[in-house]
Amino acid sequence: MTTNDSHQVSPVSISFTEELTEGIYLIGFRREFLFRAGQVIGIAMEEKGPRRLYSICSGEQEEEIHILYKVVDDGFLTPQLSDLEIGETIWITAPGGEFTGDKDPAVWIATGTGIAPFYSMFRSGLGENKTLLHGNRFMEQFNFYDEFREAFGQNYIRCSSADNGEEVYQGRVTRYLEEQDALNPALKYYLCGSADMVVEARDILISKGIPFSNIISEIYF
Amino acid sequence: MREHLFGKTLEELKDLSVKLGLPAFTGRQLAEWLYKKEISSFDEMTNLSLKARALLKEHYDTGIISPTDIQVSVDGTKKYLFPALEGKFIETAYIPDGLRHTVCVSSQVGCKMGCLFCMTGKQGFQGNLSSGEILNQYRSIPEWKSITNLVYMGMGEPLDNLEEVLKSLEVLISDWGFALSPRRITVSTIGITPAMLEFLNRSNAHLAVSLHTPFEEERRKLMPVQQVYPLKEVLKEIKSWDFGRQRRVSFEYILFKDFNDSLSHVNELSKILHGIRCRINLIRFHPIPDTPLESPDEETIQAFKEKLTAKGITTTIRASRGQDIWAACGLLSTKKLADK
Repeated sequence: MTTNDSHQVSPVSISFTEELTEGIYLIGFRREFLFRAGQVIGIAMEEKGPRRLYSICSGEQEEEIHILYKVVDDGFLTPQLSDLEIGETIWITAPGGEFTGDKDPAVWIATGTGIAPFYSMFRSGLGENKTLLHGNRFMEQFNFYDEFREAFGQNYIRCSSADNGEEVYQGRVTRYLEEQDALNPALKYYLCGSADMVVEARDILISKGIPFSNIISEIYF
Repeated sequence: MREHLFGKTLEELKDLSVKLGLPAFTGRQLAEWLYKKEISSFDEMTNLSLKARALLKEHYDTGIISPTDIQVSVDGTKKYLFPALEGKFIETAYIPDGLRHTVCVSSQVGCKMGCLFCMTGKQGFQGNLSSGEILNQYRSIPEWKSITNLVYMGMGEPLDNLEEVLKSLEVLISDWGFALSPRRITVSTIGITPAMLEFLNRSNAHLAVSLHTPFEEERRKLMPVQQVYPLKEVLKEIKSWDFGRQRRVSFEYILFKDFNDSLSHVNELSKILHGIRCRINLIRFHPIPDTPLESPDEETIQAFKEKLTAKGITTTIRASRGQDIWAACGLLSTKKLADK
C-alpha cells in the first residue's frame, strides 16, 4: 500500500508490460490506492534510488495502474523500465499533482506520451464534452486511437508532423492551433507535453484571445 | 573536444592526475591554478613539470572561456554572452550596486519550466550546463575579483540541474576552491520539492523560492510546476527545515497588475508564510513579447510592500537593473542564437 507521504516509496510488482509502438511502453501493477485522473506518481527502481514522475495512464476505478512512457536512450529510468518483466518490483510514491480535469467542456491538447493524463481522465468518465487534439510524429504513435475515435468522433483530431494519413492533419499541433479562427475563449484548454510545445501552444492560444486563466499546463521535465 | 578541467572538484582533479600517471598532489596544484589564480592555459601553471603540462594539454582543456559579447546598461549592469554546449549560448548578468557586486549565473541553456512571465521559458530547453560552465560565468568576467554575491537566478531552473549546481557550489565554497562564504550565494528555485530537499541537505547556500501568488489555483495558471509540486508541499518542507541563524530563505514575488497585487494576496501571504523566518523580494514585472500580464504602477507596488511590512514580513522591492539591455529579471534569453 502506498503511503500518503510523497517522499515515501512502496514496492509494487509489475503485472503488465507491453511495447505499444517502437520505444513506447505501457507497464502496469495492481492498484491499491485512490487517485484523481491526471495525477502523477514517482517511480524508482530501488527504494532509495532516484525517482522520476509519470502520469497515471488508466482510470480511477480500474484494477491496474498503467504508466505510459517513451524510452529515452540516455535517460536514467526509462531504459531500465523497458527491461522489466512481470513479477519484478519497482518502487512508487503516493499519487500527487493537480493537473486534474472535471466534467466541464474543455479542449485537451497533448503531444507524445503527454496523452497519458487525458487517457486517465477519459477512462475515468471525464471525456464527455471534450475535444482531444493529439500530436505525434508518426501515425503508429497514436496509441488508444480506436477508443478515442469511438468516444470523441469528430472531436478527436490527430496531428502528424511526419506522416500523411486519412482523417489526419498533417503538421504539428501548434500549426493546427495557428490555423484556427474560432477558438472558444470560454473553454478551458489543458496542455500536456514537452516544454517547447506547451509554451508555444500557450502563446498561440493567448494570441487568439484565450484568457491565460483558462489555460492549464503540465510540462514533462 | 577535450574534457574541461574547470569545475572539477579536488577529488576529481586528484583522480585524473593519478590516472595520467602524475602525483596525486598535482590535483591540489591544479585546483590552486584553476580557482585561485588568473590563468588561461596550462603553460601558465609553472609549478607543474613540463611533462605534466604536456599530458594535461593532450587530454584536457582548461575550460576557462571568455565571453563572446558584452552589453552595458545605462545603470552599469552588464550582460555577458558565453558559448556553451554545441553552438548554444548563455547569458550572465553582472550587477554593481555600491559595495555590492552581484553576478547572476545561468544553470541551463533555456528552461523546461515554462513559466508564463519568463522570457527564458519561451526559448524551450536546450540542455544542462556543467559545473564548469556555471562557474566560468563567474570566473571569466573581468569583474570577478570584485564580486561579493553570486545568485543562481539566470537562465534555467537550477534545481532541475541539481548535481552540477551542487558541484559548482562545492567549488565555490571549499577552501581549495574559490573559498566564498555560502552566505554570499543564493540558489533560486520554482519549487521542485525533492531537489529542494537535496539542496538543503547538501549545501549551506541561501534558498530563494519563486512564489508569485499565495493562491494555489492562481499559481498553476502562471507556473506549470504547480501541477506536480504544489506550493503547499514546498512550504510544508520549508517550515519543517531548520535554517539556523545564518541561512536564509526568501520568496520571490513578481507583481502583476490586477492579478496578484490585492489586499487578499497580502493577507494570504501572511497566513501561508506564518512560522517561516523569511523575507519577500518584490519584483517589478518586465513585460515580454505577447504577454497577457502587466506590471502594476509604482504606487501599488509601494502599497503592497507597506502592507506586507505591516503584517510583520520583511519585504524589499528589488531594483530593476539592466532593463534596457534585457538583463533584468525574467528577460534573459538566447533564443535567437539558439534558432540559428
